[in-house]
Amino acid sequence: MTKTEYQHPLMQAYWVQLDTRFAQVEEVFEDVMAEALAVLSREDIHHFLDAARVIGKLGRGVEPMLAFLEEWPSVVKALGEEAVLTDVMAFVMRMQKSPNGKAITPFLQTLAPVARKQHSREQMRHYIEIADDLMARTTGSIHGHHTTFPSPGLPEFFQQAPFLFSQLSMGGVRNWVDYGVRNYRTHPERQTDYFSLQSADARAVLQRERHGTLFADVERKLDLYLRGLWRDPDQLVPYSTAFDELRKPVPYYDRLGMRVPDVFDDFILPLPLAGEGVKISGLDRYRAVLAHMVGHRRWSRPMVADNYSPFQRMAVEFFEDCRVENLLIREYPGLRRIFVALHPKPVEGACDPETTSCLRHRLAMLSRALIDPEHPYGDPQLLDFVRRFHDLLAKGESSSREIADLALHYVARTRLQSDQFAKVWFDDTVIDYRDDNRHLWQYIEDSDDEEFFDDPDKKLKKESEVQSLPPRHYPEWDYHSQTYRPDWVSLYEHLHPKGNPADIDRLLQKHDALAKRLKRILDLLKPQDKVRIRYQEEGSELDLDVAIRSLIDFKGGANPDPRINMSHKTSGRNLAVSLLLDLSESLNEKVAGSEQTILELSQEAVSLLAWAIERLGDPFAIGGFYSNTRHDVRFVHIKGYGEPFNDEVKSRMAAMQAGWSTRMGAALRHAAHYLEARPADKKLLLVLTDGQPADVDSPDERLLIEDARRAVKELDQQGIFTYCINLDPKADEYVSDIFGHRYSVIDNIQRLPERLPELFMALTK
Amino acid sequence: MTDKTQYKVHKEPYYQPQGNEVALYEAAYRNRLPVMVKGPTGCGKSRFIEYMAWKLDKPLITVACNEDMTASDLVGRYLLEANGTRWLDGPLTTAARIGAICYLDEIVEARQDTTVVIHPLTDHRRTLPLDKKGELIEAHPDFQLVISYNPGYQSLMKDLKQSTKQRFTGFDFDYPDAQLETTILAKETGLDAATAGKLVKIGQTARNLKGHGLDEGISTRLLVYAATLIKDGVNPVEACQMALVRPITDDADIRETLDHAIDVTFV
Repeated sequence: MTKTEYQHPLMQAYWVQLDTRFAQVEEVFEDVMAEALAVLSREDIHHFLDAARVIGKLGRGVEPMLAFLEEWPSVVKALGEEAVLTDVMAFVMRMQKSPNGKAITPFLQTLAPVARKQHSREQMRHYIEIADDLMARTTGSIHGHHTTFPSPGLPEFFQQAPFLFSQLSMGGVRNWVDYGVRNYRTHPERQTDYFSLQSADARAVLQRERHGTLFADVERKLDLYLRGLWRDPDQLVPYSTAFDELRKPVPYYDRLGMRVPDVFDDFILPLPLAGEGVKISGLDRYRAVLAHMVGHRRWSRPMVADNYSPFQRMAVEFFEDCRVENLLIREYPGLRRIFVALHPKPVEGACDPETTSCLRHRLAMLSRALIDPEHPYGDPQLLDFVRRFHDLLAKGESSSREIADLALHYVARTRLQSDQFAKVWFDDTVIDYRDDNRHLWQYIEDSDDEEFFDDPDKKLKKESEVQSLPPRHYPEWDYHSQTYRPDWVSLYEHLHPKGNPADIDRLLQKHDALAKRLKRILDLLKPQDKVRIRYQEEGSELDLDVAIRSLIDFKGGANPDPRINMSHKTSGRNLAVSLLLDLSESLNEKVAGSEQTILELSQEAVSLLAWAIERLGDPFAIGGFYSNTRHDVRFVHIKGYGEPFNDEVKSRMAAMQAGWSTRMGAALRHAAHYLEARPADKKLLLVLTDGQPADVDSPDERLLIEDARRAVKELDQQGIFTYCINLDPKADEYVSDIFGHRYSVIDNIQRLPERLPELFMALTK
Repeated sequence: MTDKTQYKVHKEPYYQPQGNEVALYEAAYRNRLPVMVKGPTGCGKSRFIEYMAWKLDKPLITVACNEDMTASDLVGRYLLEANGTRWLDGPLTTAARIGAICYLDEIVEARQDTTVVIHPLTDHRRTLPLDKKGELIEAHPDFQLVISYNPGYQSLMKDLKQSTKQRFTGFDFDYPDAQLETTILAKETGLDAATAGKLVKIGQTARNLKGHGLDEGISTRLLVYAATLIKDGVNPVEACQMALVRPITDDADIRETLDHAIDVTFV
């Protein structure tokens, strides 16, 4: 052991207490202790050193100890005197005993950043609980007894923790972790991808859990806002603020649309500034951003940038921003409250012009004074320019030119030597609802601070035309967590291949007798446009014949019939039907006691039904589906709503084939997507299936059943009536879970061709 | 003979002309041409007709059309009495007899088979056959037929037949421009011009949203309601929410946008 001689006897005592011989620790020990002594009480110092010693003796090298020594004082600073040392140590020991020892250092390194975000011991404990839970559930075990494989996700999670906590609330992190564990517990590589935020759904779930006002939630409101209040609708394009920590993007607009951040937290003005806390909702912040841009679009004209120095340009931008805001406020006075609340309030004299470039600070103060009549500033020059600015605006709208001249005067009058300094004052000078003003400048010469995105070569590299439709993504319901898995299922749609239409005609001929019987029922169902209802006491018109008969009865002394009016009723039929066929492998089985497969019988039944509905004249579509894992759900179109039941359709029907599995939820949602667009009053979705929803990548039987049930509920909300015709004799176990009472189980499958049209007619009578 | 004076407009209704529609109407009336007035709800169609009836000093018979209305509701019907049946003229027949202006409000709401009964009255014949009664009425020389409809909200099902449309001369009404509408609000309710101007501004916000979730913008009529409430001492923000926003939409997003417009307009 190297005997280190510390000047101070206390320091010597601490070093002894730490009891370590790591040279790297020795190098930093004095600095670390200086920091620790500043925030820790004497007693806590002992606990701190004890803990550090324990960590140093874990046998995992110097890293964990260094991490702890360096992080802990900051943790205490963030959380106050009594931090959560015992909880942290308990968790470290649990990790040490599990195969996850490697994650100890990453964990210790996250302590300070997380503590700074959370500010409470309670929250810190929650964080440890989440990590603990993640570790327990993802650490691999053999035979359920010994934990032998380290959790693949845990170190990645610690890597991402500071970022996660900057974006999500504690509950959000918990949900995010929970989602990852539930879906990728048995898949180490995917789990790593998820917890390192590499996979698409890790980002999707993160996006869903973020706090604040999400752009996606308020997009329509913002669109209405632009349209209604400003008559200046444009494409709104969100940019991500989550993954661009360093280069904070700023709102801007160009000919492709207005770019706004994808999320805004509520803005709460801290107490001492405004007297009492002013809250500007995320939605209002979006509105401020948009209003400001609209102002520029309305009143700003581009200027040639080449003649101005960067400082001059900055000043012009500040003046012009304030001009459009004043004009906006003139339009809607209530905007002042929002702008003033969001505008930083730089403290006069905070920036020292001797050592720092104060240009930004001066301009921000000026900008504040220009939009806030109750500004506290007393600088005579500032007041002079505020007055000149308002004089200009008092005459009308002024113009970008005029205001630029004023700005140049300002720069000339207030220029300081120190403006050139490299050290620039930034505090309280960033006005985050203003756009970057790129529209204000046009460059005659190519400047080197512009990036050119319209690379002419790029156009040539355009991707070749896609041949098929891109997949549609549908969410899937996860009943464990009662949440949707976003964009979980990829569904591909195409036209069904063709066969020989004569086959279908032959099938129809075979059921000729049945068709005749159906025809009689159909004629009854056909709508008669207008029906007269006679013998009404109250009606729209006097039924003269009946009235006179009643009068005769009355005169003759008999009791007259008072029902002497009649009225009319229209009985129209406004119905759109979609038939969804399950085309999974099980359809290829032969029906007991018959030579035909279920598929062939379904073919007959569907042909008859199509024939019947065609006669009724209801718009009608047929689609089939099968699936092979969530990445490949197929939806085939057999008949479209606009198509008549012709040879084209019949040929597709003749070629019907079965294979793969039954992922019903996505197919239901997709069929509903088309049915919803139909203008009919009543919408009916018939599902013909022979078994329960199932797929090879879903070991949990309930999952797809619950998803289908959820899909039916969604359809209900869209006003679509779903009805299931099930050919599975054992269907009772699950079908009512999915469809409620809206199903029929057909036990004798051979009678399907007869039953299907009958069922349909009974449903729509 | 029916009492004519009960159909007269006795007091001058306030009407602010938007163009030269008054002179045009007078010309149409001189020649007894049937008139159709089109325009969104609450923009002053009925007020205009009322004003013209007053100006021309003619009786005005107004019929609000609806889906249940039948031809006999317009023409007349037999009623039963103690000793037989009695014919009762409908409003259209009455107007033709006494020489009134017959105003069929929101004509598209009536069924198409109902509206054809007006055809013989609207061309050179100027007669009304009462087939049930076996009478042919020659229209009084002062008689004129006016219909109104709102082309904005009509669906496929609700449109006038070409054969009906082509019997009328037409006036197209729309909400007045901001300045005029401010004057109207101020005149109608006595509200000060500044507040009236703000109300008009909110009205225009909603009109910009027409077709984006709103079937119809805020009408002048609703603005008058709001102005009346404010005049009565109601807080302007609440008055606007009550009179302008709540009646026209159930869509939460639109409601929030309009509420915001109200918040930033009234400070």
